[in-house]
Order: sequence, then structure tokens, then C-alpha cells
Amino acid sequence: MRKLSYVKAINEALHQTIEKDKNVFLIGQGVISPWYVGATTVGLVDKFGENRIIDTPVSESGITGAAAGAALTGMRPIVMHPRMDFMYYAMDQIANQIANWHYMFGGQVNVPMTIWGIINRGGEQAAQHSQAIQAMFTHIPGLKVVMPSNPYDAKGLLISAIYDNNPVVFIDDRWLYEITGDVPKEMYTVPIGKGAIRKKGKDVTIVATSWMVQKAIEAGSILQKDGIDAEIIDIRTLKPLDETLIFKSVKKTGRLVVADAAWKTCGVAGEISALVTENIFQSLKAPIKRVTLPDTPAPMSSVLEKAYYIDADNIVKTVKSLI
Amino acid sequence: MPINKKPHNNISPAVLKKMYITMLRIRRVEEKIGELVRAKEIICPCHLYIGQEAIATGVCSALRKEDYVFSTHRSHGHYIAKGGDINTLMAELYGKITGCSKGRGGSMHITSPDIGFPGSSAIVTGTIPLAVGVGLSFHIREKDNVAVAFFGDGATNEGAFYESLNFAALKKLPVIFVCENNLYSTHMNISKCLSDTRIYKKAEAFKMPGVCIDGNDTIKVFEQAKKAIDFAREGKGPSLLECLTYRWRGHVGPNIDVDKGLRSEKELKSWMAKCPIKRLEAFLMKQDILSKSEKEKISKQINKEIEESLAFAEKGSFPKANELHKYVFAKDLDTKNLGKRI
Repeated sequence: MRKLSYVKAINEALHQTIEKDKNVFLIGQGVISPWYVGATTVGLVDKFGENRIIDTPVSESGITGAAAGAALTGMRPIVMHPRMDFMYYAMDQIANQIANWHYMFGGQVNVPMTIWGIINRGGEQAAQHSQAIQAMFTHIPGLKVVMPSNPYDAKGLLISAIYDNNPVVFIDDRWLYEITGDVPKEMYTVPIGKGAIRKKGKDVTIVATSWMVQKAIEAGSILQKDGIDAEIIDIRTLKPLDETLIFKSVKKTGRLVVADAAWKTCGVAGEISALVTENIFQSLKAPIKRVTLPDTPAPMSSVLEKAYYIDADNIVKTVKSLI
Repeated sequence: MPINKKPHNNISPAVLKKMYITMLRIRRVEEKIGELVRAKEIICPCHLYIGQEAIATGVCSALRKEDYVFSTHRSHGHYIAKGGDINTLMAELYGKITGCSKGRGGSMHITSPDIGFPGSSAIVTGTIPLAVGVGLSFHIREKDNVAVAFFGDGATNEGAFYESLNFAALKKLPVIFVCENNLYSTHMNISKCLSDTRIYKKAEAFKMPGVCIDGNDTIKVFEQAKKAIDFAREGKGPSLLECLTYRWRGHVGPNIDVDKGLRSEKELKSWMAKCPIKRLEAFLMKQDILSKSEKEKISKQINKEIEESLAFAEKGSFPKANELHKYVFAKDLDTKNLGKRI
């Protein structure tokens, strides 16, 4: 199959959906600027014009709400936030309006929009340009949340998000952008709400999100050499969560490590851990462990960054502490 | 421009009469809701529109069915003026499954999507960006419809208001920003929260037309709204209408808030003397558009509608407890035409 980078896979999903459907458009701060969005939007404005590729002023609340308003008329907007940190400005629109409208009006109103948040961390960018706040959105009823970890899923989940009748928060991590993988040329969808097993194993289950899936795969190879056979689950969708897949695996392995490159307290890893203890506690042979970022703001100095960010080694060490 | 004092013109007697009926319907519905809240028949918080009827009526009478209107926590007047069904409104206030939002929304969250009333929201300013988005959709799809955002004076303190004015003006979107300045942001007088209380002036900063209207003069509201709507339909962009008015009841509920020291009885009475309905009624009678017998007929008809709406609300069932999770998510779109699922 054809190989494509993650960044090009997103670009292709955007080109194909915007071309296919007049109701799809892209809006946000910096949608035409590589400085903001890498190469994800290359060629879009030239092909579709400024009416459908809308670069906006720095007005996160107003613009996110505007995208939602267009969705209320049946359009399928994608509103892009070049750093998740900036999305706090849009929280009223996302949490109070977008997430609630379908429920609040008894199912008569849909908000079919994609809220695209980019994690763009490292490089000494410090506390306000580095955040991974997927847990905030996962907490809110009415939002779906997806985090593709490879080029295939980036394209397939973005297309699914655009064509879902619900608001979907699509989160990508720029650390994944240069990763390459198999990506079909035609349009296809990856179902929202379904995880995938990246490596089968019997000794321990590692459930990971986004960038940490890549790190879990690396950790899996290292562990294999040491005789530990890890099963690796790429959860892909944080909400609705594929509990069945996780439970099935943990029932088999009896051990669980959850790797999520975001803060620990009240995070996605904590939620998955709680679900497993609530439902299949008797299957566990060891305590569940979380590999997450520490509960501190992102630091600047590269020495501190190294201590802050997590890697395959953290997963390896954590797994070994259980076996 | 300052308060527009030009006399009315070009409004047909039929439209004038219909506006009178709409205003009286809003008034009587709100009075009845007030009674029911006082009697604890209705529990959900109701923000009554009594005193402000001319604004929703004047603006919505100048709209088409396909135009969109967004409302606030004080939503009943806009809903009725846009053509919303009072049976389903009343059922909603009782939390019935037959309510316009199927008992999930209540007074602050009412909807009638088929007539361009997608919904009302209880977060101050929350729907203003949404109206801009509807305008953006009309703009992208080259439709000559408009979107209206109704909001109070309090909403002009929020950042999203300014973001919305800027973006709508920047892109020349067909949006009418209608500020109902009733002088109070919940308990707080406008002079205590705005450095410049001339709200219409804010339009200047965004290079859009801004006018201040006597919001208790239905005909003037209609005329100015029509002007702004035509301007928007022609692709010339948004307008800001500041309509000066007064709510007769307190911020929420049936009481008048005078006893709480939040405003004076003298102030309330001075505004009650400027009743928008009496004003239009006197005008219609003077012009021989409305006769005494017709007036009585209208009054009886509205009372009958309200009685029917209460019977409708009474008759409806409550949602089932096991349907709590229904409507959290919409059904997924069938993606089979998009390609294979894996």
C-alpha cells in the first residue's frame, strides 16, 4: 500500500472531504499558515478559496461559536485550534453550547462539527504552548473525542469526525506528523468508538493514546527482548471508549498499564483504570499503573522538559515493576 | 445615529394588526406563566418578557420563516414572535415529553427548528457567535437569508460579543444584532457596568450601522429592523440595533423586585405608563385598523389559546426515567457511501 506521512494523511482527508461535500469547510486561526498547522492545509486555499478555507482573527470563542452556528444549519465545519492551550477561550462554546444543544433540545438539533485541536509541545515552548487537554473534553457529555496515533487513523478518523452527526473533538499531536504509514488513496472511515490492538501479547496490557501508542510499540519491542509479552491497545477514541476491547485484553493478561501523555490527576489514564477496577477487578494480578505527565505545568528549560515528558523507557520500567 | 424619530410608513394594516395580536399573545402567556410560577405549578426558572414585547414582535415580523433567530434565557417572547407553538412551550415548562424540547430544556432552552428558531441559551452572550455562524453559512451558500441575535445589555460586557461584531463586520455577514437594553443586567443597573451606556455606539468601532430605537415603539422597531434586514440581504453586512425598553418583572420569576431595593417603584411605574401594547393599540384604533369589537374578539381568542395550551401541557406525559441518556448523542451518519469501515 502507498506510504504517507501523518501530516499528509490529514491534508488528504481535508482535500477529499471539502471537495466532495459543499457543506464541509475549514475555519480557524492560522488555517493557511504552515507556522500554525504544519503542512496539514497545503493547497487548500488555492483549491477551494477563502470562502471555505477561512483564516480568522484571534477570537477563539467567537469563531468556535460561528462554526457551531453554521453546523446548526446543516453544514459540517471543521474549526481548527493550532494549540490546545488556546481552546480554553472557546470552552464556553464547546462545553455550554456545542456539547449541550442536541440533548437540551430533545434531540431535534444536531451540531455536526469537528473541533480540531493540535498538541504542539516540546522545543522549550513552556506552559501555554504545550498542553494536552483531552481529559477536559472527554469529561463533557455530548462530545466525542478521538486521538489518532498513525497516518491511517488520522485520515480515517478525521473523515469519520466530519461525517459524524455529533460534535467530535479531533486531537492530533505534532510529534506524530512525520511518522509514515499505509494510507489508501480513496476515502475511508475509521469507526469512532473502536480501539485497535497493535501487538498481541499475554503478560500485560498497555493501553495508550496518540503519541504514546508509538512509544508503547517501542516499549513492546524492548519488553519482548526481555521475555515480556505485552499486548498493546491503541484506544483511538477516548469517548465513547471501547471498554470491551480493554476488558477482554486485561482479562487475558491480568495486568494493565495506561500511557497518556497528559496530566495524571483526573486524566484519561485514571478513567480507564477506574473502569477496569469497577468492572473486572477479579481479573487483576497486580495494581494498575499509569504512565502520564506529572502534575506540573510544562516547563521551559530543556533539562526540565526532559524530566517532564515521558518516553518508551517510562513504559518499560512501569511494566517491569508489575512482573 | 441617535434615536430615530421618523414616523412609520409602508406597513400594511394586516401586518400592524398581526403585530398587535402577537404582542398581546406574548403578554398574556407571560402573565399566565407568572401565575403558574407563583403557584409553584411551574418550577423551572422563568425569565418573563413582559414590557419588552415590541422588540421581538417588531423584529420577527420583518423576517421570513427561513431566517434564523437566536434567543436567550428570556426566551418566550422571541419564540412566540417567530411563530413558536404555545402548546409545546407550555408543555416544556411543565417538563413534559410533549414540550418543544421534550422536557430536556425548560424555559431557558426552547426550540422550534422548523421555523428558524434553533434554540435559546442561558449563557449570556452564548448565542451571539452562533447567529454569526448562521450568517456565515448563508454567506458561504449564497443565500439571502439573515440571522438575528437577541441579547440584553448585560451581554455587551462579554468578550464574545466584540469578537462576533468584528468577525461579522469583517466578512460582511447577514446578521442583525438586537440589543434589548432593559437597563438591568440581572440586578445591576447599566450605569454600574458599562463605561459608555450608549450601546449602539459600539457599532461604529466595527464600521457597521448602529441605531438606538425606542424599544417600546413596535412600528419603529419594525422599520429599523426591516432596514437592517434589507441591508444584510443585499450583502452589505451586519447592523446593531439598540432597543431601549424595560422589563416589568424582576430578572427571574413573577415578582417585581421593587421590595428587594433593586429598583424604584417610581421607575417601574414610569415605564409601565409607556406600555408598548397600549401604545400600538391606541394607534390602531385611532387609524381605524382595529375596532373595539375586534379587540375583544382577539382578547378572547388569546385567552382560549392559553387555556388550550394548559390543557395540552396537562395531558402530556413526563419523560420516562429510563430515557435519561436519550439524546446525549445524535445517531451517527451512515458513512457507507464514504468508503469501507475497518
